[in-house]
Amino acid sequence: MTAREHEHEHGSHLAEVDLRVRALESLLVEKGLVDPAALDVLIDTYEHKVGPRNGARVVARAWSDPAYRARLLDDATGAIAELGYGGRQGEHMMAVENTPEVHNVVVCTLCSCYPWPVLGLPPAWYKSAPYRSRVVIDPRGVLAEFGLVLPEETEVRVWDSTAELRYLVVPQRPPGTESWSEAELAQLVTRDSMIGVTRALSPADLHAGSEAT
Amino acid sequence: MNGAHDLGGMHGFGPVERERDEPVFHADWERRCFALTLAMGAYGAWNLDATRYARETMPAGEYLTTGYYEHWLHGLQRQLIEQGLLTREEIEARMARLRGESDHGAT
Repeated sequence: MTAREHEHEHGSHLAEVDLRVRALESLLVEKGLVDPAALDVLIDTYEHKVGPRNGARVVARAWSDPAYRARLLDDATGAIAELGYGGRQGEHMMAVENTPEVHNVVVCTLCSCYPWPVLGLPPAWYKSAPYRSRVVIDPRGVLAEFGLVLPEETEVRVWDSTAELRYLVVPQRPPGTESWSEAELAQLVTRDSMIGVTRALSPADLHAGSEAT
Repeated sequence: MNGAHDLGGMHGFGPVERERDEPVFHADWERRCFALTLAMGAYGAWNLDATRYARETMPAGEYLTTGYYEHWLHGLQRQLIEQGLLTREEIEARMARLRGESDHGAT
């Protein structure tokens, strides 16, 4: 098969998928089983409202407030709810804290379990076969692909999420941020750092990023 | 279930590929499939474990060569049929009708 034929076949396959989804939606709406307006609200919520900025607020609070940090590590679901986040796919949360001795990274080998209320929907790579298969047997190799090379003496813990329990990594607070406010700190906390595949940004990274944009 | 979805520790999938500035959804059908799945989950005819099981029944070869929301679509359709909310025939008939409409619209 030529590349063009292959592309065409892929395209017509997706056209059938698109058609099937539209068929299901029109039938379910017709039968009164779903409300199209409710579908639009769900899409808007997860496309625009829920995302890693929520988790960044949680981490920045934990960095700034030792009592909050203690509550987060003891009962993450409750501590996250204090900031107003919870619900679907975040009913039971556990926070795992990175230190110079221990680095945590999260996966869902079986599917795509992910803490929606604090991180939004997962990126495609998190749901992909390469990440799910390999991070549990070669975490250092995978982290290196993300640009994170850990010292040999740092222990790596890989947490395999389940439908019942979801994890939030609390990355290490970058040096040079001692006087920063919570809102400033939150800018350093990226989605990937809360999955555990990178560190939080440094003040220099943030500066470079804002110059680039 | 020890199926193709149980990927932990398998070899041969290559490096992790990341997309710069990745959108939340890559196509409109992904948005609609996502929302339909959540809405029907809230309808309450099945729970999350059943949803996962329905996705995991996808034939292994198909599971490994299709995209993420196609797994969702497979699971959703299977559950709708199993629970008697839709029949395979009415889904195929509706697809044929929509196909006809879009062909007509294109000419």
